[in-house]
Amino acid sequence: MADVSTTDPAGGARKLSVASWFMVACLVALAVIPVAIYAGGNAFWLDIATRLVVLSIAAVSLNLILGFGGMVSFGHAAYLGIGAYCVGIPTYHALFGEFELIATNSGIFHVILAVIVSAVFALITGAICLRTKGVYFIMITMAFGQMIFYLFVSLETYGADDGLVITSRSEIPGIDMDNPLAFYFLCYGSLLAVIYLVHRIVNSRFGMVIQGAKGNEDRMRSLGYSTYVYRLAAYVIAGAICGYAGALLGNFTSFISPDMMDWAASGELMFMVILGGTSMVFGPVIGAALFLLLEQLLSAFTVHWHLPFGIMLILTVLFVKGGISGLLARMGRSNG
Amino acid sequence: MASTLLETQELQKRFGGVTATDHVSLQVEEGECHAVIGPNGAGKTTLIAQLSGMLAPDAGTILFNGKNITQLTAQRRSHMGLARSFQITSVFMGLTVLDNVALAVQAHTGHSFHFWRPARQDQALRAPAMEMLEKVRLQDRANDLASEMSHGERRQLEIAMALATGPHLMLLDEPMAGMGPEETARMVETLKSLDGITMLLVEHDMDAVFALADRISVMVYGRLIATGSPAEVRANEEVRQAYLGEAA
Repeated sequence: MADVSTTDPAGGARKLSVASWFMVACLVALAVIPVAIYAGGNAFWLDIATRLVVLSIAAVSLNLILGFGGMVSFGHAAYLGIGAYCVGIPTYHALFGEFELIATNSGIFHVILAVIVSAVFALITGAICLRTKGVYFIMITMAFGQMIFYLFVSLETYGADDGLVITSRSEIPGIDMDNPLAFYFLCYGSLLAVIYLVHRIVNSRFGMVIQGAKGNEDRMRSLGYSTYVYRLAAYVIAGAICGYAGALLGNFTSFISPDMMDWAASGELMFMVILGGTSMVFGPVIGAALFLLLEQLLSAFTVHWHLPFGIMLILTVLFVKGGISGLLARMGRSNG
Repeated sequence: MASTLLETQELQKRFGGVTATDHVSLQVEEGECHAVIGPNGAGKTTLIAQLSGMLAPDAGTILFNGKNITQLTAQRRSHMGLARSFQITSVFMGLTVLDNVALAVQAHTGHSFHFWRPARQDQALRAPAMEMLEKVRLQDRANDLASEMSHGERRQLEIAMALATGPHLMLLDEPMAGMGPEETARMVETLKSLDGITMLLVEHDMDAVFALADRISVMVYGRLIATGSPAEVRANEEVRQAYLGEAA
């Protein structure tokens, strides 16, 4: 329950010091280490770090609804895909013609399109999903995710299940998107902004309502809250942020395929959130970092590198309440 | 004093073959503490659920302040001044005591589509919430987590949350359930101190009921068999047979 004490005026800062210091250390490390290695002539780890930062944005957005709002969405990767296609499709038409209205390489346009399309998709599907609860909610969010997956599999123009190559990155005035360092810092700055944004939302009046609705929806309704509209708003915000992450991801990989929005991809996002811990805004970043690092290390030894992940997830759920960030928050409390 | 604040007319609710609410017509007068008593399974909680809007009746009407509220949602009723406490303690365990009450205050200070300012530093929420905690004498526990409190304290917190919505009428579903004698005495004192708020009290603890109630209705198998002053109800032969005798 570390989220509760983050802004608690009575000693909250003291309670959370370990976790907060850890967060600052992680963010500084992310700003320094990949860049230093890159400067030393090795581009590989900057690539990993870019992927980490982009997936972290997606995982932080998922945690807004999963951890703080109690909405276990199993279709969140759909927004990554939507965001990426919002880069790929306009770029495709800018090169090959047709659909003049959206045919452009403008990054500003791509990002706005990604955020709006994701928000609209979240609004429509969320309006239906949030009528259900528990396992039904998980299943129906997954169903909508698969729906959009098959939609893109069926779109021959955009490569169907072979995917679509993005021939050139988005053009953003003042940023050289083809420079790996510049692109990395764009993603990194985005992550900082998203963490701050979600932190503000979670502690605002709106955030208190979605956290209350997670704990006891009947109670919230009898207090006079129309919980449905607040939950739906949170669902839309999370979708929009993830769509933004998708636009970055499309630029990063320069290739999009429906696989990016498969239910397995949604599962990986959930893995990052749960492993990293749902009670802190920053938690999923730790989860994403562990996920990518282990993927690199384990896949060097075996193709069955998902197996140790599964075991880790089970151990985390069983023994480490609140994930790794929850563990850190408790360490802070017992020290203080 | 004489005006009727809440009235049900021929209220009915069936679950399969069981009639949980059987043609219940009840009047709660402005300012009174009206207790509903009856053996387990008499349909008291079902009645509260219908009054608060959690459950839709099969037939009959509910009037609040003269308005027909039968079809309104729980949240609409809350905004009209109807508050409820739950039989099973329903506080937000992961939040602090003050957060819990502040959330109740917030429900009645406009919409909550405020995404930026920290709610926990908002004096418009914290100050009234603290005031409510003082009313139930929990001010010393304001910054403790609700999950760290005793059962009795959580019940007091429930009352503070109901109070924070600024109600005209409080529906109290067994506020003394599971409490020891000391905690019960404290709750009776708290409820007694709430002047001017009309209460509909469902309770099993007869000492508490007779200490608090201005009028008592007796419910058996979904039906109201008697309504009257505590003395009248005590003297009622049918009540003695159906309920009080059984308890004695």
